[in-house]
Amino acid sequence: MAVISMDKNPEALSLTLVAEFDAGVERVWQLWEDPRQLERWWGPPTWPATFHRHDFVPGGRANYYMTGPEGEKAHGWWEFTAIEAPRELQFDDGFADSDGNPTGDLGVTHATVTLEPLGERTRMTIHSAFESEEQLEKMVAMGMEEGMTLAAGQIDGILAEPANI
Amino acid sequence: MVVDQLRESERDRLFQAFADSTRRDIVRRVTVGEYTVSGLAAFYSMSFAAVQKHVAVLERASLVTKEKRGREQVVRGNHEGLQEARRLLDEYEKIWRQRAARMADILAEG
Repeated sequence: MAVISMDKNPEALSLTLVAEFDAGVERVWQLWEDPRQLERWWGPPTWPATFHRHDFVPGGRANYYMTGPEGEKAHGWWEFTAIEAPRELQFDDGFADSDGNPTGDLGVTHATVTLEPLGERTRMTIHSAFESEEQLEKMVAMGMEEGMTLAAGQIDGILAEPANI
Repeated sequence: MVVDQLRESERDRLFQAFADSTRRDIVRRVTVGEYTVSGLAAFYSMSFAAVQKHVAVLERASLVTKEKRGREQVVRGNHEGLQEARRLLDEYEKIWRQRAARMADILAEG
C-alpha cells in the first residue's frame, strides 16, 4: 500500500500524508516535474486534470483545469515557491477564472512535498494547509472519485429533491 | 488501526443514515423547517416509535439535532454536521490516497 500514514488537523485545516513507492527519488520527482505525468494522477478519472502551463522553476506558475462528469471545467493555478530537485517542492494552489487568472476566492492552499530515498525506494511526505473551510470543501468537490462516499455536494443533491408528500 | 476503524464507523453511520428513503425524506424536511417527531410521524404510514428510531439514526450520524420542548421533541437539520472541517478532511484524505495509488500505478509501468 502506497500510503503509510495520514495526520489530519481540523483546527489548522491541514493534512500530512506519508507514502512510500517502489521507485527511486528521481523517478518519483518526474511525476511532479513532467506535466504529462502529473495530469495522469492529479485528477480522478471522473475529474481529469489538464496542465496547460507548467513553469517548473522557483517563482514559476502552473495553470490547470479539471473537467467534470458534465463537461464543466474548474480552473486552478499553482505558484512554485521552492524547488530543490529532487528532494523538495513547495507550491501555492488556488482557484482561477477560465483565463487562468487567480480569482482570490476562498484563499490559497500551501503544499510542501518532500522526497527521501529509502534504499531503492522513496518516501514522499506531503503537507497541505488550507486557509478556509470553503476552499477545502471546493477542493474535495473537484477531486472526488465517483461512488466513493457521500460528498457534501451529493448530500446537497439529495436535499434538493422534492420531499415525498 | 483504531483510527481507521473510527473513521470507518463514522462513514458507515452516514451511509446507513442515507440508505433509507424515509430517513432521506426526514432530512429533506427538517433542512427547510423544524418538525416535532409526532409531526413527522404524520407523513408516514408507520408507527411513532418507528419514526423515532429513524430520527435516532440520523441523530447518531450528526445529520439532525433533537431537542425537548415541553412534551414534544423538535427535530432540526444539523448544517454544521454536514459541513464540518473534519469530514471534509476525511474526503480530502481519500483524494490523496487515490492520488498516491495512481502514482504507484504509473511507477509500476517502469
